[in-house]
Amino acid sequence: MAELNIRERQAGDVTILDMDGKITIGDGNVALRSAIRRLIEEGKKKILLNLGGVSYVDSSGIGELVSSYTTIQREGGQLKLLNLTQKIQDLLGITKLLTVFDTYTEEAQALNSYK
Amino acid sequence: MTEETVELTLPSRVESVAEAAGTVADAARRLGFAEDALFGIDMAVREAVTNAVLHGNGADESKPVELGLSGTDAELVVTVRDRGEGFDPEQVADPTREENLLKASGRGILFMRTFMDEVDWRRHPEGGTVVRMTKKK
Repeated sequence: MAELNIRERQAGDVTILDMDGKITIGDGNVALRSAIRRLIEEGKKKILLNLGGVSYVDSSGIGELVSSYTTIQREGGQLKLLNLTQKIQDLLGITKLLTVFDTYTEEAQALNSYK
Repeated sequence: MTEETVELTLPSRVESVAEAAGTVADAARRLGFAEDALFGIDMAVREAVTNAVLHGNGADESKPVELGLSGTDAELVVTVRDRGEGFDPEQVADPTREENLLKASGRGILFMRTFMDEVDWRRHPEGGTVVRMTKKK
């Protein structure tokens, strides 16, 4: 089984990636990077990462989230985060990245924020 | 009194990160560390081994990463030795400064220091760098 499973769905012009597993050095990072690259190629630039099923993120995974954020922003899009577990929230707090990312606990609220 | 000692030599590849973390987690669990502490220990070991594999040894599989562990009921000490040229941890940029927030790397040492009680780096007399991390109960 892959380290990180990503399922894609569309809500209006926002692409939601439901993520399940670990975003860590190696497979997890590569899976996220590939997914973001593909979405950009498809012209999808409003992206919501649902991290509710992500059990573990290391510093490489945090770095990959930051890279995804800056890549999408460079393309004129927006990348936001949904359903952070307490541990991921703690890691984003320690790294002061909660000041960078828009984070949401409710999907509807997150989707509204793109309008 | 419970005691644990582990010595493990691993190749410099990404898969060694999970192997080292799993080995330490098993020992820490047997020593009775709480779940929160186990999470932190796991995170710190992953970061230390990642640094050893990628930065210390430049992912050169011929260069070993040596993991050492000694634990008692009171504390756990983990060492990770690489064969690199070493670095000055005080010169590593603070990833929480505003100008560094959007960098893709440079957060591993922050996590090691956050989740362990003591972290220090020393040159090994026979070459390479050893990071020594202590977690107290």
